[in-house]
Amino acid sequence: MRHASRRDLAVRQRAGAPAMPGLEINVSLTRVLDHDGKVVGAMPDFARDQAELLRLYRALVLTRTFDAKAVALQRTGRLGTYASALGQEAVAVGAAAAMAPDDVFVPSFREHGGQLWRGVTLKELFLYWGGDERGNDFAGPREDFPNCVPVGSHAPHAVGVALAFRLRGEKRAAVCVFGDGATSKGDVAEALNMAGVFKVPAVFVINNNAWAISVPRDRQSAAPTLVHKAAAAGIAGAQVDGNDVIAVRAMVAEALARARQGLGPSLIEAVTYRLCDHTTSDDASRYRDDAEVSRHWPAEPLVRLRHFLTDAGHWDKAKEEALLHECNNAVDQAAADYLATPPQPLSSMFDHVYAAAPAELDEQRKAALASNEGAA
Amino acid sequence: MTELSLVQAVNAALKRAMDDDPRVLVLGEDVGIDGGVFRATDGLFQRFGAERVLDTPIAEASIAGVSIGLAAQGFRPVAEIQFTGFAYACIDQIVNHASRLRHRTRGRLSCPLVLRSPAGGGIKAIEHHSESPEAMFAHIPGIKVVMPSSPARAYGLLLAAIRDPDPVVFLEPTRLYRAAREDVADDGAGLPLAQCFTVRLGRDLTIVAWGAMIKEALDAAEQMAAENIEAEVIDVATLKPLDSATILASVARTGRLVVVHEAPMTGGFGAEIAARVSAGAMTSLLAPIERVVGYDTMMPYPRTEAYYLPNAARILAAARRVMVYA
Repeated sequence: MRHASRRDLAVRQRAGAPAMPGLEINVSLTRVLDHDGKVVGAMPDFARDQAELLRLYRALVLTRTFDAKAVALQRTGRLGTYASALGQEAVAVGAAAAMAPDDVFVPSFREHGGQLWRGVTLKELFLYWGGDERGNDFAGPREDFPNCVPVGSHAPHAVGVALAFRLRGEKRAAVCVFGDGATSKGDVAEALNMAGVFKVPAVFVINNNAWAISVPRDRQSAAPTLVHKAAAAGIAGAQVDGNDVIAVRAMVAEALARARQGLGPSLIEAVTYRLCDHTTSDDASRYRDDAEVSRHWPAEPLVRLRHFLTDAGHWDKAKEEALLHECNNAVDQAAADYLATPPQPLSSMFDHVYAAAPAELDEQRKAALASNEGAA
Repeated sequence: MTELSLVQAVNAALKRAMDDDPRVLVLGEDVGIDGGVFRATDGLFQRFGAERVLDTPIAEASIAGVSIGLAAQGFRPVAEIQFTGFAYACIDQIVNHASRLRHRTRGRLSCPLVLRSPAGGGIKAIEHHSESPEAMFAHIPGIKVVMPSSPARAYGLLLAAIRDPDPVVFLEPTRLYRAAREDVADDGAGLPLAQCFTVRLGRDLTIVAWGAMIKEALDAAEQMAAENIEAEVIDVATLKPLDSATILASVARTGRLVVVHEAPMTGGFGAEIAARVSAGAMTSLLAPIERVVGYDTMMPYPRTEAYYLPNAARILAAARRVMVYA
């Protein structure tokens, strides 16, 4: 792992530099599989287990299947605005796959694959994106945070969660994912800085998908890589091919191992590409060429792992079809369950505002019920 | 019983809460060895150590945000924002996260944190150090907003705030920090949140105030008594949730209401109280509701702040106006 630690992030004065010396930070992209599924890096131990690789591949396929269904439901008026993860599935899946079950995931809003890996159900995801708070009441990972829509504002939460683990002496860690655009936010700068000061067991993963709605990566920051943000915070940092699920998982696993050893937080820039619009409300053709998108399709994360598995003799057309069939069934069933779930009653908006509703809120609940006879 | 100033009462409540509950942590700027710029956390670092009294970098948004993460994990963080003018930086965290974590997860996660901050003017402080943002916080569903007016009330309300299962913004009137002392029993007893305190009984008009304005209201009430006007004075103490019942019952008896606060008039919390009284006690009202409040100006610099701040004379003038109606 190429960490931007003191050891690996060489901060040097350029030879012959003027009065204000430049900072040169060496960051190299870590990759295990190339676009064609050929091994180009060190294969981590977990990847020698065929079952584990198949599990990762299934998670990628399931995420993409969910994604397609969610977009289809939105387009037909049966789901709210939806943020697709198309092309970026390996970032969240890889990160989540590296986590222990009792770690805490603190996602932004494009990490469906990671959430599914962690045990959030397809139905919960549909409920959330369909506009129902019950989608955040995860039956599985009870301590994971719900999605965070205000960009980057969840990064400090991960610091707090990780600080809680450190203070209790637990060998747990928080994993927080946000986009390249979020790195421009003060919240993220503050969080990385505070994570470094408190030396908390947190791993921050940047889903650098090259676009923050219409603004490209080079308009977010003049930093040559987003790993450079780690140097300012004095924490470890590394860049990984975000379309290589094996590399992402290995990198996050290493960062988590560091965190559990008390070595502090890390920032991992996962370089990927947003093959979809920002959300279903967006039309990326207004600001980006189709040709650019086409150029990135060969690098997408599913095909390279499929090639690798096929070349290794673990995968074939029949298995692929069976998997697609299984994922489609699971997603269709969850979508049907979601669509068959009645909305919460009117009174539900008054639930959970506080642990116990104050008198004034109870009065409002009664008034709302009275003005909507039959709706409750 | 010990005579304590308000800031000492805050300190005593923090110490008591930390003694009683290992989940209680204090974090913020200079809260550690320095004991806070107002000494509200004095001695806590020495007593409880760096693991429970955490000096943070200067990052108000993350002081709130980290507290949210700690609270979601079961800690009871008490975050200090050094001056209220700096609290605006964490409003995003309060509005978008702390206030609604319980609601949006249907109770799966919650956020039992306290955000303490000195508030209000009258101490001739530099700009941004004299704000009264209570109405902004009170506008946010899911949080509670408390502003004590005396050392004993600060002690009991802060303990209650720390023990509350939901986020509480606790605004401490800076000008009262060392203005007076009173006997405070450090007995660990909390005061109820969501309850107003009637601090003076009177038959002719009701003065509703909070924080540092309680003293001005009581001073005005004494002067009114000389004119044979008997004012009832209610310390709101917890603005959200608001104990309307106590206010309505008082106005039902007196028929007149004067609301006093330091914050600007438009959209101030006095407007909320006036609306509730007009809806809940209209048939009792003998006079228009008066507001003696800050103006819709910036908080002036110290040399002119006295012109801005409501005082006993302005409250007395308002009382005379409402007493014209019979």
